[in-house]
Amino acid sequence: MTANVVAWILLLVIAAYACGGGVDYGAGFWDLCAGGAARGKRPRWLIDHAMAPVWEVNNVWLIFVLVLMWTGFPEFFQTVFTALWLPLALAAVGMVLRGAGFALRKPTRNLAGRRIYGAAFAVSSLLTPFFLGAVIGGVASGRVAPGTVASAHAWANTTSVMAGLVAVAATAFLGAVFLSVDARRFGATDLIGYFRLRARIAGFALLVVGVIGVTLTDPQAAYVHHGLTHGAGLAALLAAVAALVLTTWLVSGPASGWARYSSVATVALLVAAWGLAQRPYLVPTSLTVQEAAGASEPLHWMLFVTAVALVLIGPALVLLYRLDTRGVLEPLTEEDVAE
Amino acid sequence: MIPVHLLADAPAQLLPARELMAFTLAMHITLVPLGVALPFITLVMHHRGLRKSDPVALLLARRWSAVMAVQFAVGIITGTVLSFEFGLLWPGMMGRWGDVFGLGFGIEAWAFFLEAILIAIYLYGWRRLPPKTHFWLGVPLPLAALMGAFGIIAANSWMNTPRGFTLDGNGRPVDVTVQQAIFTPMFGPQYWHFVVAMFITAGYVVAGVYAVGWLRGRRDRYHRLGFTVPFTVAAILTPVQFVLGDNIARQVFLKQPIKFAALELVWETDTHVPEYLFGRLQEDGTVKGGIKIPQLDSILAGKSPDTKVTGLSSVPASDRPTATQATIAHWAFDIMALVGTALILLALWYAWCWWRHRDLPKSPWFFRCAAVSGVASVVTVECGWISTEVGRQPWIVYENMRVSEAVTPTGASALWAVFGLVVVVYLLVFGSLLGVVLKMSGRWRLADAASGPGPAGEPADDPEADTPYGPRPEPAGAAPGDHRAPGSEQ
Repeated sequence: MTANVVAWILLLVIAAYACGGGVDYGAGFWDLCAGGAARGKRPRWLIDHAMAPVWEVNNVWLIFVLVLMWTGFPEFFQTVFTALWLPLALAAVGMVLRGAGFALRKPTRNLAGRRIYGAAFAVSSLLTPFFLGAVIGGVASGRVAPGTVASAHAWANTTSVMAGLVAVAATAFLGAVFLSVDARRFGATDLIGYFRLRARIAGFALLVVGVIGVTLTDPQAAYVHHGLTHGAGLAALLAAVAALVLTTWLVSGPASGWARYSSVATVALLVAAWGLAQRPYLVPTSLTVQEAAGASEPLHWMLFVTAVALVLIGPALVLLYRLDTRGVLEPLTEEDVAE
Repeated sequence: MIPVHLLADAPAQLLPARELMAFTLAMHITLVPLGVALPFITLVMHHRGLRKSDPVALLLARRWSAVMAVQFAVGIITGTVLSFEFGLLWPGMMGRWGDVFGLGFGIEAWAFFLEAILIAIYLYGWRRLPPKTHFWLGVPLPLAALMGAFGIIAANSWMNTPRGFTLDGNGRPVDVTVQQAIFTPMFGPQYWHFVVAMFITAGYVVAGVYAVGWLRGRRDRYHRLGFTVPFTVAAILTPVQFVLGDNIARQVFLKQPIKFAALELVWETDTHVPEYLFGRLQEDGTVKGGIKIPQLDSILAGKSPDTKVTGLSSVPASDRPTATQATIAHWAFDIMALVGTALILLALWYAWCWWRHRDLPKSPWFFRCAAVSGVASVVTVECGWISTEVGRQPWIVYENMRVSEAVTPTGASALWAVFGLVVVVYLLVFGSLLGVVLKMSGRWRLADAASGPGPAGEPADDPEADTPYGPRPEPAGAAPGDHRAPGSEQ
């Protein structure tokens, strides 16, 4: 019972990271695609401006994913981090490059320096979600089991690569939707259409990659494929598609602010579909939630800690996002620190 | 790095795994003091600025926020790497013990979450939030930092003195009691020793920056304030740390006798044990070099020369640190104690001058010492960490799991390759971080010189006129260039 609740919390936090972190990775993706220094100046300015106050917070979701894994399901954590060693190691390196590139680009003035930091930020924004997606694909493919040692077999396969591509497309989609809304918020009217177009392209790409992915996983990842094409998994998947279509429609309409919510729903439902498809397994088909569950007392305490944290963090998070979307949060400018 | 004496049965990937962990943790630790304590020091300055309507104090607080923004960001990512490494390098430990001691990390993660949110609000709230609201939204920051430290130290002290479980027939932990697993015997001593070390280090590091400015002749009110506030925080806590340090050493003596033997190079269990300052432990148990002080180790451990101190030879060679590891832990311990003592003398010098003259010491030697005190205290923090980690070898979970049992099965060559990559990336990132912070300070110095602080050290114009609480230009439609301040380099 407790183990199931913790497993759902884990899925929820993964969804939160996929959405919160996904927006940031997507912003990095569009930074990468923004073109040369002159052409990409405006979109990059917006990306810098929109991302800055919240990216660190979004990153913390990931740490919580790891903590929930090793406290709630130690064997699951051990299995995943042993079998999928390389993509996880590369994702970690990517995160360093990405965070450092972004944080250091802002206070850097000369163009060459900004280019190097910007490139590190943008390229790793593409690679990190790919590798994390590939890890999820590797788990879903059923090639991983307790005791599997690291090998390319576990993650360099169709399911993993498709999951990696889905992750990249989903981040690009989220990023473009949020940036088009941010463009309106910051009054950068020329960028609204720019990112709206990209939101539609990315949405279409996500749909295509997703459909191909689900089709191709048939013999590769039989258990998850069955879950995604039947029952609750299928329902979540269809709901995700509906949310995707709704987003592409909303983003060009007058109520484009709502597109953010529907795009988040798209990605959250995708994660939910994956979770529903592989239940009751954490690692299909060798490790169930019950088998992997750690000692019961820490699990109970984990729920308690989570509840306390929600009371503390919920309001703070709401405050942050409200202040941010109202434009109250602004970086210190040169004049603030120079005078 | 830590040269490791490989035992015959140690897997080949143990060495690169250790080096990678040691390297990434050593680098991360340099950011921790500022991460934990800079918000507090900044808030003290901020409070002063608000209470006395002091524009210089507010300017300092704003500048420290700007530094905080960059270094907190790098701290987050290097911290995330460490969480990954638990799985990438030590899956055996997490797989068996994750549920026993992982809860501390759960608390830490949430505390850190809160901290990230609050820090974002604080850093980005300077311009548009009402001044009082902005300050009070920052006040929980140090508390969140203390909470985060609680989680991390709970986990580390559990590794030193694991409690809160019993082992079943297969050697797997059962009957986990969370309270015992969090509040282990080493938790209290480690927590207070750590927290105070963070505040002291942050204080001396920040003060050191202004001490350098002072030595270069910039003796305005800006530098005086920038030096005095953080230095006072650190100087008050330094004697406190003396007591806490003495306490933790005695707790190690009681709770982890073999680690204590390594820290003090004690080979045979005995009374009237001498203290060695430095020196190198040999395989046969003798000590080469160093200064030998008769009786002192027994006195330090139990306040009497008759105190019996357990020696390394009381356990089999496979259950204790190697001679090289013991020497490393011993040197780290001695350097920590020596630098700590020197910092106490510096704090006393400061206190004396303040008490006699109500003024900073005049001697340039005081400021020279203060300038290096920042670097010295970072070195001390590293030494403290080396003492506790190397002194625990060969155990990852004291007396319950060896490091070699916890290590990943991934091959040594893959680990060495990633280690090489990580070293390159970290050196670039930390080099850039240092470069960016130095550039920022250089720009500020130029701006100060251009605007010409008044004779009292006050900025020439009223900063409230346009920053940060005053009316401000609309951000909407701002072109990229609009954020350039007048007078700064264009």
